[in-house]
Order: sequence, then structure tokens, then C-alpha cells
Amino acid sequence: MNTVRALWAFALLATASYAQALNVTTPGLLHEERSLYRNILVTERDGMRCMRFVVHDKPAHDQSCFAVADPRRLVFDYTQMLMATLLVKPEPAEILVVGLGGGSLPMAMHELLPKARITSAEIDPAVVKAAKRFFNYRENDRVLTITQDARVYLKRAVREGRRWDLIILDAFNSDYIPEHLMTREFLEEVKGALKPGGLVAANTFSASRLYHHESVTYEAAFPHVRMLLGQRGNRVLLAAADPFTLPTADEAAARWQARLAPYGVNVRALLAMQSPPNWDRKARVLTDQFSPANLMRR
Amino acid sequence: MHPHALQPLVFASAFVSGFVLMVLEMLGGRILAPWFGADVYVWGSIIAVFMLALSLGYLLGGRWSLQGVSLLRFGLIFLAAGALMLPVVAFAVPVMEAIFDLTDDPRYGSLMAALALFLAPSVAMGMVSPYSLRLLIRSRETSGASAGVLYFVSTMGSALGTLATSFYFVALAEVNQILGVAIAVMGANGLLLIALHRRMPTG
Repeated sequence: MNTVRALWAFALLATASYAQALNVTTPGLLHEERSLYRNILVTERDGMRCMRFVVHDKPAHDQSCFAVADPRRLVFDYTQMLMATLLVKPEPAEILVVGLGGGSLPMAMHELLPKARITSAEIDPAVVKAAKRFFNYRENDRVLTITQDARVYLKRAVREGRRWDLIILDAFNSDYIPEHLMTREFLEEVKGALKPGGLVAANTFSASRLYHHESVTYEAAFPHVRMLLGQRGNRVLLAAADPFTLPTADEAAARWQARLAPYGVNVRALLAMQSPPNWDRKARVLTDQFSPANLMRR
Repeated sequence: MHPHALQPLVFASAFVSGFVLMVLEMLGGRILAPWFGADVYVWGSIIAVFMLALSLGYLLGGRWSLQGVSLLRFGLIFLAAGALMLPVVAFAVPVMEAIFDLTDDPRYGSLMAALALFLAPSVAMGMVSPYSLRLLIRSRETSGASAGVLYFVSTMGSALGTLATSFYFVALAEVNQILGVAIAVMGANGLLLIALHRRMPTG
């Protein structure tokens, strides 16, 4: 009899602590979905709504966030840094964004450039759904979403004659890299998808030895590569087939500061992030034949 | 050569074949990804093709063992498997490009590419198992035990081939370099079996 009671007590206790553990790990949970690719969590706390991709028991990095009271502000350094593309390429008509997240970047670009056609390639339909439901991502005839592997989409689109003025690569998170999107051959396909004078901007890895391999891979595919290095360790590479220049701070501030201020972008600070190459040029280039990007982060 | 050396030789060969099969399968994902993505259906295509190939290989290998059994014929299976992997090295890109242009559905694209590139060599590797069994079996009493050890070594080879490729090989060498070594190993194994053919009774 005592044994039965003890078992009951244990079962109750176990259930209660399990339920509590679930609650404790995700305060402010708005949405949780296990997609084919990942676990997606949408949380809201301290006025900040975030999408994160969760690997069990690992601290998850936020993929995309916005402040509920100030939704236009781009919360992350690297998203602001990607806006630097507009300083180089002020009137892009065709923009391709690889990796949607919450869609804050295509939305900001659409507000700034209402005539530009912005296509986002995102492999995970659950991310697209969450972006629409929780992150004010809205499609229209200028804002389009393609739910497909970016490399397959790009290869097909190029064969059909599509080209872009601006291509933004933001498909990686810190937990998993689609390795076929980080090879010289992929970047050459990206280069081939650019219109004359087109520009590529990529949110890249700043830690681990992958930093060197990824950098030399961009240099192998593009004759012109420049780097913006953020204070918090984020890095954006700008790359192109044709030579390009960043404007002077005065010139850029006069033209862009007022327009970019609502997004939290400080144009002078952005331009001050320009840094000379500091990577190991002898690192091995990543190719379709050799692309152990995930293993290189160990 | 002592007749008792036959058993370890057959087990070692089955291990090699099981190992190389999974080297090819794991690299299959790398080979298809630039054209068809790294999606779950690409892995579905690859795994389905390897399973199909093994089932056909079992059937063919069993048939082939009816028409006489020798280390010469066993060795020829290894040479054929190695030779059939050569087109993966030489022609993977043009084959996938043609299939990419043929269909815009990456599910059937990846399935067709996996069939075109991986079916033939893995059928040959599937033939190794039943043929090995024919070489090993001496009596009805020991047949179950022989089959048990055979499946043990060949499946263990597959497990190790999977891990070695995904943990280490892809971080050390290019896909085609790894395939080149795998082809050389299959070829060497085949030539060894053929060289020992005269010196080892298999009746």
C-alpha cells in the first residue's frame, strides 16, 4: 500500500516538474512549431518579439527580432550592416534575399524602395508562415517569397534569364550551415545571377576557423570583396564582379541618414565599419568537392 | 594457401564492400546537393536507390552463384563495382545538368540522378552478400552461423563506412579523391581475389 502511494507521489511530482521545465525554458512563448528542418519558437518578452531556431538543450540564438513598440528598427547589427548595400547600390530594381527569417530586411527594403521587386528564397514553409503571422511580413506584387532551396532556385532562375541588382545572402544560422550554399561554385552562380554592376552582401561567420575558409571562398569567386566588421563581432562581406566604391561619410549621410534613421541605422557608423582583409589567405577554398563547413566550426 | 584462409578472406571482402557502399551513399548527398538541394527528399531518393540496388544485387548475386562458384567470379564482382563507380567521378556533373534541364521537380530530379549515378555500382556491391554466402557454406548445420557472421561483418563495414565518411573523410579530402580511393580499394580487393583463385579451392 505504501509502495503504491509512493509511486503515485513520484508520478505526480515527475509530471509537475516536467510541466514546469517546459514552462521555464520558454517564457513568453507565442508559437512553437517543429518543421521539417528545425524547431521554431516565437517568443515575446521585455517588449521584444523574436524568432529562434532551437536545438534541444543548447542556448538558441535569435534569428530575427523586433521591438513591438518600434517595429521598424532593425534590432541586429548585421541586418543594419546589410542595409549598407543601399549606400553602394542606391536604386536596385531587382533584389534577391536568401534566407527570410522574420522578413524584417525585405520589409525595410520594400518601404525604402517601393518600386523594387524583392524576392526572398526560404526553404522552410514554417518560417514563412511564422514571419507572416508574427513579424508583419507581407507579400504583394513587389514582395515575393519562393519556398525552395536557394541554390536550386537560383540555378533555375539564371537559366530562365533572371538577374538581380542586389543579392543578399543570409541563409545561415549558428547551429547549422547548408554546406552547398557556402562553396565557390555556389558563389559563382550568384555572381552569374547579377546584373552588370550588381552587388552581393553576405552575413558571414566571424568566429571559428570557418572565418578564414569562408573569406577566401568569397575572394575565389569575386574579384572585388570588401568587409564591414561590427563591434559585436558580426561581419558582412560585400562582393561584386565589377569594381565598386562606398561613398564618403558626408555624402552618404546627406543622402541616406534621414531615410535610414527609422530603422536604427547610423550611416556614419556603418561606413566606419569598413575593415581591410584580416583573414588567412592560405586557408583552403570551400568547393562543391570540399565543403565541411559544419565540421570546421568544431 | 590453406583452405581455412578462405573464410577470413571472404569476411574481409564483405567488410570492404559494405564499407565502400556507405562511402558512396554518404557522398551521394554531397554530389546531388548543388543541383537538387540537401532536402529530405534528396536523402529519400538516395536511400531508396541504394535499397533498391541492394535488393536487385541480392537477387543477381544469388543467381550468379548458381553458375559456378570461384574466387575469380567473386573478384570480378569487386572489379565491376569499382569500374561502375568511375562514371560518378567522371560524369556526375553533365549527368545531373541534363537531368536538371529535364525536370524542374527536385524530388524526381534527385531520384533520376541517384538512379543514373548510384544504382549500377550498388547493385554490384549487393551481389557480394549472397555470393559470399555461397563461398562460405560448407554444411547445412553451420550455414546459419556463417550467414550470421557474414551479415555482421558486412553491416559493421557499412556502419564504419558511414561514420568514417561523414566524420572524417569529407573534412580531409575532396569528394572525387575519396571516391578515387574507394574505387582503388575495390579494384585491389578484386585483383587479390582473382590472384588467389588458383591457389584456393572453393568447391
